[in-house]
This record gives sequence, structure tokens and C-alpha cells, in this order.
Amino acid sequence: MPVMEYIDAIRLAMKEEMERDENVFVLGEDVGVKGGVFTTTKGLQEQFGELRVMDTPLAESAIAGVAIGAAMYGMKPIAEMQYSDFMLPATNQIISEAAKIRYRSNNDWSCPVVVRAPIGGGIFGGLYHSQCPESIFFGTPGLKIVAPYSAYDAKGLLKAAVRDPDPVLFFENKKCYKLIKEDVPEDDYIVPIGKANVLREGTDITVIGYSLPLHFAMQAAAELEAEQGISAHILDLRTIQPLDREAIIESARKTGKVLIVHEDNKTGGVGAEVAAIISEECLFELDAPIQRLCGPDVPAMPISPPMEKFFMLSKDKVKEAMTQLALF
Amino acid sequence: MNAKSSSTTTQPKHEQLGMSDAEVVDMYKYMLLARKFDERNMLLQRAGKINFHVSGIGQETAQVAAAFALDRERDYFLPYYRDYGFVLSVGMSLTELMLSAFAKADDPNSGGRQMPGHFGSKRLRIVTGSSPVTTQVPHAVGIALAAKMQKKDIVSFVTFGEGSSNQGDFHEGLNFAGVQKLPVIFMCENNQYAISVPTTKQLGGKVADRAQGYGFPGIRVDGNDALEVYRVVKEARERAVRGEGPTLIEAMMYRLSPHSTSDNDLAYRTKEEVDENWKKDGIPKMKAYLIDYGLWSEEQEEALLREISQQLKNAIEKGEQAPFPKPEDTLLHVYAGEGEV
Repeated sequence: MPVMEYIDAIRLAMKEEMERDENVFVLGEDVGVKGGVFTTTKGLQEQFGELRVMDTPLAESAIAGVAIGAAMYGMKPIAEMQYSDFMLPATNQIISEAAKIRYRSNNDWSCPVVVRAPIGGGIFGGLYHSQCPESIFFGTPGLKIVAPYSAYDAKGLLKAAVRDPDPVLFFENKKCYKLIKEDVPEDDYIVPIGKANVLREGTDITVIGYSLPLHFAMQAAAELEAEQGISAHILDLRTIQPLDREAIIESARKTGKVLIVHEDNKTGGVGAEVAAIISEECLFELDAPIQRLCGPDVPAMPISPPMEKFFMLSKDKVKEAMTQLALF
Repeated sequence: MNAKSSSTTTQPKHEQLGMSDAEVVDMYKYMLLARKFDERNMLLQRAGKINFHVSGIGQETAQVAAAFALDRERDYFLPYYRDYGFVLSVGMSLTELMLSAFAKADDPNSGGRQMPGHFGSKRLRIVTGSSPVTTQVPHAVGIALAAKMQKKDIVSFVTFGEGSSNQGDFHEGLNFAGVQKLPVIFMCENNQYAISVPTTKQLGGKVADRAQGYGFPGIRVDGNDALEVYRVVKEARERAVRGEGPTLIEAMMYRLSPHSTSDNDLAYRTKEEVDENWKKDGIPKMKAYLIDYGLWSEEQEEALLREISQQLKNAIEKGEQAPFPKPEDTLLHVYAGEGEV
């Protein structure tokens, strides 16, 4: 099994799906000749041609809207938003259109589009190359939203997204692109949408999250186990819409102490909903108040290194929060 | 060929355009059908039978003529909310439209979920639409792109008002189509008003001229002249299937009705202005043309009006008597069910 980077796994997923189904195509800014500003689509235009790996005008609403039209016709478009920060001009197309096409047509039309967008900071991207926009789309019925933590999941979830009959937002973490390297099978597999994944079994505290911050939690958990004998149970949501309620409840019950982590800011984030689910379903089985460790409630991440560091989660910050919860 | 009036020695325009007598008469019948449907819906709303109606009176001529110039068996259509004439012409029935007006379960557009005028039917290739205006323009471009990728000789045809031509999706969609030379026809139904705001406060120039900036023809046409609309849409379709790219058509017309049943139009325009525009209505013009060439008569007109009246009565009865959706069906079709695509 080859070792590959998270970004390679995303590229491989697109390549495999395009080889499997000629209706799959990629469109976006700089995805063709250049192969994407991060190289996510590198080599795809050479293999599949200009029409199936299409450099589009710089206009996000058209990228989404054209993809939606093609999807309604029966194609399987993968629309790339260069940075999730630049996705907001496409929000009307995504929320008013893609999310509602099946519902508003009483199941006559459908919209199997995938919108890929890199999220997250820690790359000195400043306010507009660092955002986590999950909460803008979260809570919009009709959309599915996935946010892989590992290279394995990135490949399997993207392949599942392409084959899904409904619109899927694929939030890939740009800090993970090169940071995460691991074994990824070259064969055809999918990771099912809607299923959370236990990354680590534990008995003292539960950490629930998605995307990059779970790497911090995994490192912290290993250290806490070795240093203090604290046993952490870690749940990767993988799909943030629809949430895997059963997995959330089960993992909360397991330890009775829950910490939720994400880089998107705290207020109105995915963590608020996870906390509400736990409160509704198993409040009296908890031994501590539900904790959230998230990005601060400021408009976005500044570029200056100390400010960026202040905004970002880290192994140390997560470890501290986990320790406090264990001691409660 | 029927007897022609002695005043016309040249070949009738519809023949020049390759239309048979039967087709041109059929076209007129749909215009009149759309008008009567629209008038009846206004009455149904006023009588409290239906909740809402958004009218297309004054726009039927161009809508029907455009539909007749397309391939109604194969092309894809993205009409906007006033396009009753268009959807009737491509095969939606009065009963289906009434099921929508009454928000009944069997409404093929949305199963009673959407306001009337929000058309959609996969069977008829009418692509489901929404209320935020102009979102359908990039969809039409995407369908044209798919047609190009699959090497199908079809076009997508999309309509919108002149107010919509100010939205970003209009410009983004047209530019995308221009770059890729896609088989799509954009038809602006310029009815002079975006609810209450007249073109003088909406448009800094002509809508048709905007096509120049995107590298394809923009054509302004008298929307009350059915055969002219038919001609320009047909030519646009021929260009599209030849691979020569999109066309923007600005059909000039006038919204003779208020914006909707919730609107009092005399708060922002005068009765004199409306009356003046009634004189330009394309439907009596078409009728005069047909009579002039001996293709139509007052007797046939009366018979048709009686027939339409009966059809409407039947459709309203069916719409009224049909069951509402089950309340709990509100929860259906957010996502595909097991095995659905």
C-alpha cells in the first residue's frame, strides 16, 4: 500500500472516478493547465482533456451554477472553489438551488454535484485564505457536508461524494494537504457518508471533532496516556451533515466527559449542535459540563504569526483542555 | 392553401419562415389559451380559491413564439415565473397548472410545494426553478455544457426579466457560455418593470447590447410580433446547433397586469400608460394576421373561446377536487431514498 499525502489521495479519488465514469468532470479556476493552485488537479487535464478538466472564468457563482445545471442534466461535476473563503458568491447557488432541487421538484429532479473547497488556516493566509465556512452551510437540509481528517478518508469520502445522488460539500483541509502522509490503498474503496469513525478507544474522556484539530487531539491523547494515564476516546465525525447522532451519543456515554474541537469559530458552529444532541439524549449520563475548544469569535484569522498562532488550535491547547476535563 | 386577401401578393411571412398554416394557427391557439388561463387565475385568486397568481399577460406572444421555434421534443427549457405561455406550448397541461395553482399533491411541478409559476417537469425537460431571480441562467449554461460534452445537437433555452439582467448570475452565465461557445439561448422578456421599478431606473443601456461584451450576438426584437420572435429564436437555435455559440435575445413587451395578485400597479404607473400598451398587444395582431390570410375567422375564434372555457372549467374542477399532499409528506425528498438517484 503506497504512502501518500492527503492532497495526493484527493487527486487519486478524482482520477479514479473520472476513469470509472465519463460523466464525472472537474471545473474551477486554475484547475486545468496549472493543475490547481495547490496541485490538487495536477495531471488530470493531460489525462482527460480540456473539457473534462475545465479552466473556468473567475466567477464562483457560475462555477457552482454551471455545475448544478450539468448535474441536473445527468453529469457528475466536481466544482472546485479555490479557497472556501471565495465560496460565498456561490452561496445562493448552493443553498437556494443545489440544496432544494430534489425537494422543490418533489423528487423529479436531482442535483448530484460535488463542491470541493479547501478550509482552514495555519498557512499564513490571513483573513481570506484561512476560513472555515462550515457553519454557513451547516443546518441547510438537502446538503451533505464532509470534512476528512485523514488521507484514507479523503479519498474514500470524495469517491462517495461523487457517487452520491445529492449535493455534497467536500471541505478538504489545506494544512493537511502536505502534513498528513499515510498508507492509502490504490484500489477502489469508499468511506460512507454519514458515518462517524472512532479514531481511538478510551475510557476517561471523549473528544469529538473533524478535520485538522483531531490530529492535535490524537497527539495529545498519546501523551496524556503515557504521562498521566488518561485514556481518551476520540470520535471523528467525518460527515458533519447529516451528523451521525448514534455515534455521537454512544461516544459521549462511553466516558461521560465530552470535549468538542473545531477550528471554525465557536458560536453557532458544528460543536453547538453536537452539544445539543448530547444534551437532548444523554445529559444525565454526563459527569462534567460539555466543553468546546474552537476558533475564537473574531471575523477571521489574522496573518501576523503570533496572532495566527493565537487563533489556531494546537496539540498543546487541545491537551490542556483534555487534561482539565479529565480532572473535573 | 386557403384563399388569401388580395392585398397580399408576397408569400406570407410564416411560410417564408418555414411554418405551415397549421403551425401558425396552433401558435395562435396557445397564445389565446395562455391569456385565458392567466385571466382565470386572477379571478380565482380574487375569489379566494387560490392563494396567489403571478401574471404573464402581455408576454404570451413572445413566449409561445419562442417555444414554437425550438425543438419541443428534445431541447431543455428554463422558463421564469411568468412563462405560462411557454410551458403550455411545450406540453404542460391546464390541469397540471391548476394542480399547481391549488397546491395539490399531484402538481407535477413541485407536488404542491412551490408557488405557482415555479415550473418543473423532467418529462417535458422543464428544469425546476426557484424564486431568487436569475439563478436559472448558469443552470442553462451547465445544461448546454453537458450537451456539448455529450455531443448532443440540442439547445437549452432560458428566460428572465430585464430586472434579472442586472444580477451577477446573468453576467457570469453569459460570459461562461461565450467563452465555451455553448448551445444556449438567453431570452430576456423585457416587460418594462421589475415589480414597480421601470427600465429607466434598472438599465443604463440596452440589455441586448450586453451580449457584445461576452462575444456573441445580442438581438432586440418586438416581443408583440410573434413571427419576428419565432424568426430570431429559430436562427439562434440554428447557430447554437452549428456550434457557433449562444445568442442573447431581448424581446420588448409590456407587463399589462400588475406584478402579482399582491400588487397595486397604479401606485407606480398610470392607467393611461397601461391602456396605451394594451393597443400593442400581440395576440389581436396575430389574430388579424391569420384572418388576413384566410387562416382564421371570427366563428373559429368564438368556437375556440368556448372550447378553452370548457377546458379551463374541467381543469379547475380537477385542481379543486384533487387531494392536498399529506401533511407529513413535508418530510419527504430532502435526500434521495434508498435506491433513488
